[in-house]
Amino acid sequence: MESRNVSKKPEGRAIIDPAKRSMLLAALYVAQEHNGYLTRDAVHQVAKRLGLTDSEVYSTASFYTLFRTEPVGRHVIQVCEGLSCYLNEGAERVVDYVGAKLGIKPGETTGDGRFTLETVQCLASCGTAPAMRVNDQLYENLSPASIDDILERLMGEV
Amino acid sequence: MAEQQPVLLANVHRPDSEKITTYVRHGGYTALRKALKTDPEEIIAEVKASGLKGRGGAGFPTGTKWDFMPKDAPVKYLAVNTDEGEPGTFKDRLIVERDPHSILEGVIISAYAIGAHRAFVYIRGEFFLGVKRWIKAISDAYQHGFLGRDILGSGFDLDVSVHRGAGAYICGEETAMIESLEGKRGVPRAKPPYPAQSGMWSKPTLVQNVETLANIPHIILKGARWHSGIGTKESKGVKIFCVSGHVNRPGNFELPLGTRLKDIIFEHAGGVRMGRSVKAIIPGGASTPIIGADRISTPMAFETLKAAGTALGTGAVIVMDETTDMVEVVRRTTRFFVHESCGNCLPCRVGGKRMLEHLERLAAGTGTARDIEDLEYLAQGIYGQTFCPMGTGMVEPILSGLRLFRDEFEGKVKSN
Ligand SMILES: Cc1cc2nc3c(=O)[nH]c(=O)nc-3n(C[C@H](O)[C@H](O)[C@H](O)COP(=O)(O)O)c2cc1C
Ligand code: SF4
Ligand code: FES
Repeated sequence: MESRNVSKKPEGRAIIDPAKRSMLLAALYVAQEHNGYLTRDAVHQVAKRLGLTDSEVYSTASFYTLFRTEPVGRHVIQVCEGLSCYLNEGAERVVDYVGAKLGIKPGETTGDGRFTLETVQCLASCGTAPAMRVNDQLYENLSPASIDDILERLMGEV
Repeated sequence: MAEQQPVLLANVHRPDSEKITTYVRHGGYTALRKALKTDPEEIIAEVKASGLKGRGGAGFPTGTKWDFMPKDAPVKYLAVNTDEGEPGTFKDRLIVERDPHSILEGVIISAYAIGAHRAFVYIRGEFFLGVKRWIKAISDAYQHGFLGRDILGSGFDLDVSVHRGAGAYICGEETAMIESLEGKRGVPRAKPPYPAQSGMWSKPTLVQNVETLANIPHIILKGARWHSGIGTKESKGVKIFCVSGHVNRPGNFELPLGTRLKDIIFEHAGGVRMGRSVKAIIPGGASTPIIGADRISTPMAFETLKAAGTALGTGAVIVMDETTDMVEVVRRTTRFFVHESCGNCLPCRVGGKRMLEHLERLAAGTGTARDIEDLEYLAQGIYGQTFCPMGTGMVEPILSGLRLFRDEFEGKVKSN
């Protein structure tokens, strides 16, 4: 068994179960589901269940952009700013369009806590660019009209 | 070249293409039945003879990699790479969402050939539909007796599980993927040892791209001869080319390796939008060198693209027309790699940031001739000097962009 990444508890014994540790990403997804981000308590619970320290869990979570340690809006809008989206009149144009409609800039959340706007890297939708993701839904071939539709539907939700 | 019936994309446009019943109705899992009656050694020999090379970007001969897997190791793993993140690439997502069983059949045959009883599917965290399709495909395969204990009465056992990544391009690199599968930060490991010697939990691990795996059932059914009869001298079989950018009909096109770039762009992708002319092409995803329109007759094959100073990569063709601002293109690819750097080694972590600063200044029109010089100096210094291939991938567009379109960089320099 490899010795790297095996933590020592005060009693000096290596206690990490590698099969358990491999559940960490899956556990973080579950832990993040309820609040939309990883609360301190959620991190602590995950650490406890998997036999890791809180900081080991934070260290791993912080490597991955889909894990958050800060609160976000109910709907997270991720606009692709990759090359193919840019070449197809997307990227910043979509970011600006969505941003203007919601009155926020990338990285910001609306005052009512409903929308967060982010930019992301290539979403593997380059053949159907421009593309963006809202929560777990992918939207392709975006146009101002389709963006209007998407946002109006989300705004209508309670 | 003779017209080719679609192989990998034969199912994707059928209604309910993702369902096991659709797959089986069109001949799915017959290759598995055949394979389970064949000696594993014979399967490895067949895949070797087919000339199949990896479709995940590196183009390593698949059969050779299978042969590297130690025969006597008691525990071996298969890791299935569905992390598709190379900008310009959107083929793996298509197969996973529309025809997951074609990959799964390849997974089972490959695991049988190398003697693995446990396979891990690693899938990009953003691919929400893909995750659902993988999970459904696997559970249906269990129900049909294609997975689990004593598969189809052959005595061969295989379990497969699905693992979501969480937004890190570097986790597509095979050793970073293994780290991530182990529940850690996705920092690449040193090679050697290669995963085939020491991978997940230090056990021999075969890492394979999903498009590569989707080829396996066809090779089993139709034979190595059939496969090696398609393509060029060093590039056998069909490839899914992802065409995006300034073309009329962007999309995935399955064509024989060796199809000319210009035929892909003009015949299949409908030519350049608004009748404009081609200025530049990225032929294999954002980490492959940019080429100019003068290379448009190059056949899309490993050896011919190498001779043209670039690479086949993932087969992601990004077409840029005459109006394209090449400094902006290079800034954008660099920004991607800087964003995705795992931070493990200095040339990529710090060098990337510095290069991006030069490019930001040049793109904003506030740069000087010194920015171009420093950018080139850094890029040359970083090339080939990073811990994993990503850092070199980052400088490929920069160096080729400077070589081909230097005048555009110079044109951006402040005029005083
Ligand atoms: C930075 C980087 C990112 C990569 N991303 C992917 C990826 O998303 N999918 C993939 O299949 N291979 C990717 N690869 C290649 C893998 O390391 C590996 O070569 C491949 O999965 C092996 O499968 P193949 O032989 O079937 O192509 C990447 C390599 C590097 C250096
Ligand atoms: S080259 Fe970049 S991605 Fe690769 S190990 Fe170094 S820092 Fe990480
Ligand atoms: S560049 Fe936007 S999806 Fe690929």
